[in-house]
This record gives sequence, structure tokens and C-alpha cells, in this order.
Amino acid sequence: MTLYFTKEHEWLRVDGDVAVVGITKHAAEELGEIVFFELNTSASEVKAGDSIAVVESVKAASDVYAPVDGVVTEGNPNLAGNPELISNDPEGEGWMLKLKLTNTAQLSDLMDDAAYHALIS
Amino acid sequence: MSDDLLRTPLFSLHEELGARIVPFAGYAMPLQYPAGIMAEHLHTREHAGLFDVSHMGQVRVRSVDGDMHRAALALERLVPVDVAGLKPGRQRYAFFTNDQGGILDDLMIANMGDWFLVVVNAACKAQDIALMEAGLQPDCIVEPLTNRALLALQGPEAETVLARFMPDVASMKFMDARQGTFDGVPVFVSRSGYTGEDGFEISIPSAETERVARALVDQPEVMPVGLGARDSLRLEGGMCLYGSDLDDTTTPVEGTLEWAVQKVRRKGGAREGGFPGSAVVLAQFENGASRRRVGLLPEGRAPVRHGAPLFAQAEGGAQIGVVTSGAFGPQAKAPVAMGYVETAYAPEGTKIFAELRGKRVPVIVAAMPFVPARFKR
Repeated sequence: MTLYFTKEHEWLRVDGDVAVVGITKHAAEELGEIVFFELNTSASEVKAGDSIAVVESVKAASDVYAPVDGVVTEGNPNLAGNPELISNDPEGEGWMLKLKLTNTAQLSDLMDDAAYHALIS
Repeated sequence: MSDDLLRTPLFSLHEELGARIVPFAGYAMPLQYPAGIMAEHLHTREHAGLFDVSHMGQVRVRSVDGDMHRAALALERLVPVDVAGLKPGRQRYAFFTNDQGGILDDLMIANMGDWFLVVVNAACKAQDIALMEAGLQPDCIVEPLTNRALLALQGPEAETVLARFMPDVASMKFMDARQGTFDGVPVFVSRSGYTGEDGFEISIPSAETERVARALVDQPEVMPVGLGARDSLRLEGGMCLYGSDLDDTTTPVEGTLEWAVQKVRRKGGAREGGFPGSAVVLAQFENGASRRRVGLLPEGRAPVRHGAPLFAQAEGGAQIGVVTSGAFGPQAKAPVAMGYVETAYAPEGTKIFAELRGKRVPVIVAAMPFVPARFKR
């Protein structure tokens, strides 16, 4: 299981060709308390950079983008009723979706924990 | 932060309190503090919130010869509101109109005894002052109070807090306005605000503002609140934001603001008309307008925001309106919005559809405010 980060403040926990994806604590703090999450159901096969979900705070909506190419296999079923999980535990219980990776070579372009934390400090 | 942005007297205090500063109407203003918009909003509804609204325009209007009635009638040339009947110590909501009856800005006018205090939106300040300087000639002296700041203290505990410094405020009713002293500082206070809660707006000489603000923010009931929560509070309260819900194409009737046009200025009233666009506006009082501003409650949990088109049907059909403000209401615990619809769709309970990310979501026309108003009447 390997942890990766993107410049768009997302994390991926990768095991083989399956990734669990969410937004980082840094992103969650920037957004403020999350009141709504919705997976973009029209996108099952996605390319890196495609909008795959929307997350909303009191004031604004933000898109969540696919970090790498893949197929969205499921969204976190708890977020419909409890979107605040994203604010309270963005890197744990607030995970957003699972992605079956179609191009694992793209992972080498992503950051590790140390590089991401250097970026945000 | 751009050097072109203006600062209120509280800029350093905002930084000290950890505010996230953003540009607003040419000013560097606090969007939120570390607590965040949701917490600041709920704290204001449950306790008390302190807002820096010094970016707004405060203008002193007095008659050239000291005759308040003369100044009132001059103001009535610009607003479709009863100013001559506004008693000393009272404040009233008003709006400037253009020749088509469209609203140029919304504002408050307070009768301070021997002068009127006019408070206007920051974004329209320069144009409003120019409008008053030209339109109130030759009857009035128009003096922008550029050396004063403005704070709002809002919430069910606002009176308890402010009365520690100004005991007399306990006797004020909603829309009273008076002069007083806060810890030796001469201030103007009105019992009014932009949240739907009880509260006060306090006009202070700029040099003393930080001292007054620190004294208030130090009170255990008080949390500093930024513009983010100010917007979510006023939206839950069903109050318009000029530039979003009102603009120069919206008349008072379209804007569902008939209540603010007192009978004396309507057809048959002693001072019927006499403001820009009065023919259009008075005709709309008679015949109705083709569209109305209404409250909207989206079904489900997705907020529907400014710009979302509105339709009568789940599929097809022409657009029948647009959302002009929308957010998640922290107290309502649901998305809330307001917008304009063709008059046929304006009755409460009408089900229409908003387009959101390419899909149509049901939305119900609803009464406002979305949470009960708690003015001290």
C-alpha cells in the first residue's frame, strides 16, 4: 500500500491497481466545513484532470479532479448523509471514491508524503 | 495583498485575529476568521457576532437652513419612501431608483434629530454620493463621513453585551437610532442589522474604532465574524444583496419590496410618486409586475447558487427565472436560495426546477425568511 499526493491537494492510497482517493487536510481546511458531496455519476471511465466529483462548503462549490486515468468503482456511501466526514477526517473516514487504475505508470509523476508536505509549507 | 485596496481602521485587528483577508468593493476585508464561516454563522444566531462593516458609506444629509422637513422632502425626490414621516430617533429601509423604476442601491435612512444619517453599500458608495450631491441640490448639504467606521453587533446576546457599555440601548426597539457614548466615545447606534437577529449597528469615529472593537470582541459572548457568514446570515434572513438580488433592472415591485414603499408615496397618497421611475413603479402596484423575487428551497442537499436557470418542467420548456443568491443555510441545515420567477410561478409551494451541473433539480417556492426573524419590535 503506497500513499501518493497531487498538486491539487488530493491523496491516493494505492494497493495494486486500486486507489482510494480523497482530499488532503490542507484542502479540507481551505474549503471550510463541507456540507455536500456528490460523485459525478456520468463519469465512470476518467482521464487525469476530468472532474469526478463536487464538494461544497457554505459559500462555494469546488470540483474534485481525477488524479490519474482510471474507472470510478464506488463512492464513499457515508458522504451523502454525513458530508462533514470530509472536514473532520479527510484522510480517513472522509475518503471520497475508489478508482481502478488503467495506467499505473502515471503514479511516478505524483508526490510522496515528504514532497507534498514540503509543497504546502 | 494588492496595495490598491483600502483598509478599514480594523485591518490590523483582523490580521491579529487570524482573518483570511479578501478584496471586497475595493477594500481588504475579512472573509472569515479561523473558526470558519459555519461556526461564525451559528455563533451569531446563538450568541453574538461582531462585524466590521466600515467599508459601507455613511453620509450626513442636512438642510441648508436647518429645516429637517425640507431635507426630508429633498430625499423623497430620490427614494419612494416616507422620509418626511420618519420620526426623530427612527430609521427606515429605502432605495434609490432610476427613470425606469430600477433600483440603484438599497440603503438605510435614520432621522438623527437635526440631520439624516444615510448608510449605503460599499460597492455603490461613490455613485450614491454623487447622486445625492446632484439630486438634493439646492436644499441639502451632503457630507460623506469618511472619518467614521461602522460595526455591527448581532445576535440574541448583543443587547446584553452592548448594555455593559451603553445601558440605554436596552430601551431601544428595532429600527430606533440615537446618539450615545461607548466608554466615553461619542457614537451613533441603531437597533438594526443584516442577519435577521436582534442587534445593533454602531458608527464610531475612525480613531476610536479599534478600541471599541477590542472591547466588544473581548466579551465572552462575542466572536468576530467575516463577510462569508454575513452573506449566509442575510440569505437565511431573506434579505437582498444589492448587485445579486437587486440591480438597476429590478423595480421595488419585482423585488417584492412593496412593503418598503409606504402608502403616502403610492397612488392616492398625499405625496404620491415624485421619485425617479414613479410612473413605472406605481403602474406595477396597480397591475403587478411580470416577475417576482421569491425564496427557493431546493429538494435534497445540493446547494443551488447564483446564476442557476429556473424552469417550469423537469425536461424541456423555456427558462422561467434565475437564481440570484444561493448557499447552504447553516441554521436551516439545508440549501436555501432566492431568485426571480415569472409571476405565474411565484405562489408559495410552486414546484419548479433549477439546472445544476447539467441536470434539473426540483426546487419549491418558499416564504422568507428561512429561519425566524428575531427583531426586538
